[in-house]
Amino acid sequence: MEKTMNLTLRVWRQKNRLDVGKFVEYKLENISEDSSFLEMLDILSEQLVEGGHEPVAFDHDCREGICGMCSMTINGVPHGPEGGITACQLHMRHFHDGQIITIEPWRAKPFPVIKDLVVDRTAMDKIIQAGGFITGRAGSAVDANAMPIDKQTADYAMDAAACIGCGACVAACPNASAMLFTAAKVAHMNSLPQGKAEKNRRSLAMVTTMDGEGFGGCTNIGECEAACPKGIPLDMIAQLNRDYALAQVKNFFQPVL
Amino acid sequence: MCSLCSFFKSTIGRKILMALSGLVLVLFVLGHMLGNLQIFLGAEVINAYAHKLHHVLPSSGLWAIRLFLLGTVAVHIWTAISLTLDNRKARPQGYEHDKPIQASYGARTMRMSGVILLFFILFHIAHYTARVVPSMEYGEEGVLSETMVPLVKHGEVVMKEGEPIMTFNVNDMMVQGFDVWWVSVFYIIATGLLCLHLSHGFSSMFQSVGLRNTLWRKRLDQAALVYGWVVFLGFAVIPVACLTNILEVDPTGGAAEPVAAITETLHK
Repeated sequence: MEKTMNLTLRVWRQKNRLDVGKFVEYKLENISEDSSFLEMLDILSEQLVEGGHEPVAFDHDCREGICGMCSMTINGVPHGPEGGITACQLHMRHFHDGQIITIEPWRAKPFPVIKDLVVDRTAMDKIIQAGGFITGRAGSAVDANAMPIDKQTADYAMDAAACIGCGACVAACPNASAMLFTAAKVAHMNSLPQGKAEKNRRSLAMVTTMDGEGFGGCTNIGECEAACPKGIPLDMIAQLNRDYALAQVKNFFQPVL
Repeated sequence: MCSLCSFFKSTIGRKILMALSGLVLVLFVLGHMLGNLQIFLGAEVINAYAHKLHHVLPSSGLWAIRLFLLGTVAVHIWTAISLTLDNRKARPQGYEHDKPIQASYGARTMRMSGVILLFFILFHIAHYTARVVPSMEYGEEGVLSETMVPLVKHGEVVMKEGEPIMTFNVNDMMVQGFDVWWVSVFYIIATGLLCLHLSHGFSSMFQSVGLRNTLWRKRLDQAALVYGWVVFLGFAVIPVACLTNILEVDPTGGAAEPVAAITETLHK
């Protein structure tokens, strides 16, 4: 027989961008430990709708940890207490009967709350628009190994490319810094031969946009790495710092931007 | 925008400045500690060392170094304040359920330890460099009446044109300064905070300039802890030794024996 639990939820409710917002407490009974965290929220929303209330708005799409849409801070930790997963991959078996669960949206100035737990993450798209691409026309796909890339570099770029852009790093950082996100995108592009040609321009443009969007600075404390569902390491922030510094030096002598 | 302006305006640029100024201060702190520890080698050694620091360069050179160090502190403080203000702006509304996942206490309290250290540095300069802390001045009316002692090197009084070179009795200044218990307690707490500050800062500066990876992060974090403890123990041992009378005042500045020897030679 499956185990069930009774929970007290404290959920951030906010009608729209202008609303002040507040925590509202809900009691949920007989939640299966096999249900996912988002399914538990679906059950809550169904009960709310049945009672004639507004359901809790939250972002979700693939529900298998690859789209990066789900975004909620569960008991103070982005994507919840289990490391290396997104909120949609979190299951209720990691909670216990009678637990009080506080659910808040990502908190950052560049991420305004649209409704309840849904935030606007356009600021991250703008960072990508500033340099997260390769300008040259790619044409049709070349043969797989036409361009030799050593295994270590390929793995490193692949690790960086694992970033799903969910924004948990920003949410976890006490400074709401987007360094880990930007670093992953820069590391991904700057490491491979196709992206290297525009390395300096990219590093400068993406960091400038990141700062301009109102994200904070990095204090090297590593909360982002701990919260990242894809395990992007702090190494990549070090690489971003290095690439940015070198790009600034080159830009000083011969403007690249 | 000029490229230098954009560098100083960017968060990464300011972090690099913080790291570089931090590196200068980290090295200064080690040198300062090693210099201070010479007090255990005898009054004449620490006095000769202080004399050398003041006279090895012309006074303009000494002031250049002092201004460079003060400028470094100023850069460190400016970057800290401006980055903190930006960081606060980036998170106008905090979490209700706010607890760190893994960040160390030292890393989360850099601003607290930094601000207290700033006050400590100001007090320290007023106390031992400018010597203007009320009731703790050194001079005719202050704690010490005899402040000038002969310079002693290799067990002999250094003479110049038939007169002994006189130098400030740093040994007695330190011992008597630390005999005030609350001053010693403040120094010990401040060096403890310095240890805390360095336990994050020492490793963090490598990250800020891009010279750290997962392997070296572990090594540098351990090195930071070791460095912090070495600096703490190296500094704190002096006030402790003064309070426990292991270090004592020497109004002759270590010149008693050489002077006796000279007198003996003269008598022969």
